[in-house]
Amino acid sequence: MANSSSGKKSSETTENKAAPLTTMAVLAPAVGWLIPGAGHLIQRRWLRGGLLLGSIATMFVLGLLMQGHVYQPNGGDILDILGFVGDVGAGGLYIVTQAMNWGQGAISHATADYGTKYLIVAGLLNFISVADAYHIAVGKKP
Amino acid sequence: MTLTLSHFSAALLFAVFASIVFGITQRSTSREQIRYGLYCFAMFVGGVFVAGWVMWFLRR
Repeated sequence: MANSSSGKKSSETTENKAAPLTTMAVLAPAVGWLIPGAGHLIQRRWLRGGLLLGSIATMFVLGLLMQGHVYQPNGGDILDILGFVGDVGAGGLYIVTQAMNWGQGAISHATADYGTKYLIVAGLLNFISVADAYHIAVGKKP
Repeated sequence: MTLTLSHFSAALLFAVFASIVFGITQRSTSREQIRYGLYCFAMFVGGVFVAGWVMWFLRR
């Protein structure tokens, strides 16, 4: 009995701590995924947003300039699937790249592999940036 | 247009951008963000040197 009442209390406490679902809590991550750093910019975190946009976009563009490989949606090799998941994190940059059919050439030199990693990591860093924008939107972070 | 970087400069640029994002996203105050970003950068670059020496010893 005591256990059930304490369990009830703890679940109520958990519910109270749950982040409120506001428009910004939905909008900031979505916009932040589409345009890196934009989730911060629409919340008036100008410097943070600018730095995130500059870092992630530059990393992605450098990856393309290094002739890195852009992964397509696929259901084959697990590493290809993970590569796609990383790439798609860059949001709008990935969509533009796919639309322009960039990053599909054969890797011809050693540093092109760095380019592939740059593209994947830019996407993964954007996932972190999106989570940060969400935390700011729900008030978990100043 | 093709960009060809050396292994070291590619790793250095990688460290710069990743450190900026880590610094901003993993800490709350500006001071902590700068400190953590610099810490991450030092760790990345230090890791490059350590890995380089490890590979040098493995090769011998």
